[in-house]
Amino acid sequence: MFDIFDIYLLEALINGVLLGGVLALLALGLNLIFGVIDVVWICYAELIMLGMYGMFFLFKIYHFPFLLAAVICIAGVGVLGVVLHLLVIAPLLGAAPINQLLATGGVLFFLQSAATVMFGIDFRNLGIRLPVLEVHDMFISYARLLAFGAALAGMVVLYLFLSRTYTGTAIRAIAQDRQIMPLMGVDARRIYIITSAIGGALAGLAATLLVLQYDVHPFIGLTFGPTTFMICVLGGLGNMVGGFVASFVFAEIISVGGLYLDLEWGYVFAFGFFIAMMFAKPQGLLARRA
Amino acid sequence: MSRILPWVAGAALIALPFVYREPYPMHLLIVVLIWSSMYTSWSVMGRFGLVSLGHGGFMGIGAYTTALLWNNFGLTPWLGIPVAMLVVAIVALVIAWPCFRFRIIGHYFALVTLALSAIVLQVIIASRDITGGSLGYTPQRYNGGSSIFALQFTDKVTWYLIALGVWAMALFIRYRVERSMLRYALEAIAEDEDAAAAAGVHVTWEKLKITLISAAMTGFAGALYCQYQMFISPDTVSGISVSLQMVFAAVVGGIYVLLGPTVGAFITILLAEFLRIGFGTGAVGWDNIIYGSLLVLFIIFLPQGLVGTLQAKFVRAA
Repeated sequence: MFDIFDIYLLEALINGVLLGGVLALLALGLNLIFGVIDVVWICYAELIMLGMYGMFFLFKIYHFPFLLAAVICIAGVGVLGVVLHLLVIAPLLGAAPINQLLATGGVLFFLQSAATVMFGIDFRNLGIRLPVLEVHDMFISYARLLAFGAALAGMVVLYLFLSRTYTGTAIRAIAQDRQIMPLMGVDARRIYIITSAIGGALAGLAATLLVLQYDVHPFIGLTFGPTTFMICVLGGLGNMVGGFVASFVFAEIISVGGLYLDLEWGYVFAFGFFIAMMFAKPQGLLARRA
Repeated sequence: MSRILPWVAGAALIALPFVYREPYPMHLLIVVLIWSSMYTSWSVMGRFGLVSLGHGGFMGIGAYTTALLWNNFGLTPWLGIPVAMLVVAIVALVIAWPCFRFRIIGHYFALVTLALSAIVLQVIIASRDITGGSLGYTPQRYNGGSSIFALQFTDKVTWYLIALGVWAMALFIRYRVERSMLRYALEAIAEDEDAAAAAGVHVTWEKLKITLISAAMTGFAGALYCQYQMFISPDTVSGISVSLQMVFAAVVGGIYVLLGPTVGAFITILLAEFLRIGFGTGAVGWDNIIYGSLLVLFIIFLPQGLVGTLQAKFVRAA
């Protein structure tokens, strides 16, 4: 009896870590954009939804090889990020911050229903069933393992880019001081566009990984969106390390809570934890009290 | 002139169903009035820069609490609605107090409250044994259909008058808030919290007051929506979409003017109906495409909203 219980718990913990990797990737894109441009893309999860549809059409309908389709999707969502920035965010950069958030809320509505109109409300999937790894009676899906690995790789690449290249340094500098950096010869507009492209590409990467585990439908964004925002706030908006830690904490709560009750209650617990943490650490998990 | 105008308009609105009572336009008017009260409730705090995306949650709690109390304990909505409002106020307190206490403003506040509407949605779906989950929930019909005790009426005119009353009350509350000391305090807070605090404004308490007022009003309107529709589902009364819908309608009409949210409700609901009737099922999704683009365009080009912009023009010309 006790053995069985333990194995299930361990399986839940491992799945939690794997889920955490993907959530961390989602949070990373949103945090990057918030940290640099100081806007919240409420429609971030809808970009992922479009990426997932892109994967579905390229792979399933037009029979592109998986990797090629993934590259096209990542680039495509990156371009979408730039378009979103130029059309919606750029005209509002001087407006009250809350207006930018609400405008992307409008984009959320728009993308969701555009997907409904274009693709219908059917659930679609790639039809790839990756094998399930069985270790000591624990079942761990390859799709999750792959997603975890790719998410970590994506984060390492981003870290190297931000810390080793000139553009990356400029991005971090802008995030620290928006007024001074343009005086130092950094073109803020260009940096914003690059950041939006990277943020979009991260959403695209997440899409190519999530499409292996979930069916696509126009409202799938509502599944990931709130969780992603909560993780970002929990970690401290714009704080990438905090977001990273928060993703794993969140994923473990969802996974272990889901083990004892339904998966939905796992989410409820995680959300409850979020509220509780707002009392204890309102500026984010890793914040130091000022 | 401007003193009698509201009374004349009010009398005309009350008289309307005794002259004209086609069921379908009546139904539309009732829906518009109920949502208008909801949007107005949101704008009570939204106009002070306190952008809450949690009102979808407040509406859901109001609607579900009332319906659950009625079905499970036979508690009349006359008592159920006040209980629901109390529950909403407590939830609002639990969320808002730490937010205000720890200076969570702007984006942060919007995201924390957004989490609230996601949580309410998730709790309703997860506790499907009690709430029926995604399939929705129906308050039991009182035998016969119409009853004052159960606050259920089959007759549209009664509902129209109730909705009109609630809407007028929401407008009145907002009107009173705009003429109170609270308004000056909140405007000062919206400008600069530290300066307001230095000038002797109790920042946390003033913000909490307006949030509780706004949340309780939303819960009330949500309960009323449930009583009128006799069917609620998690997606129509809670969650992010509902919260954004409130913000959207209020912004389109104009959040800084009294009648802005009402005009917003008219535009959005009539647009949806027009598309639904004109294009049938082919229009599914198109209404939200138009809403979404309009929201973006309004925020970029007309942040004051329709009524706000017109009023500004009119006042300047006069």
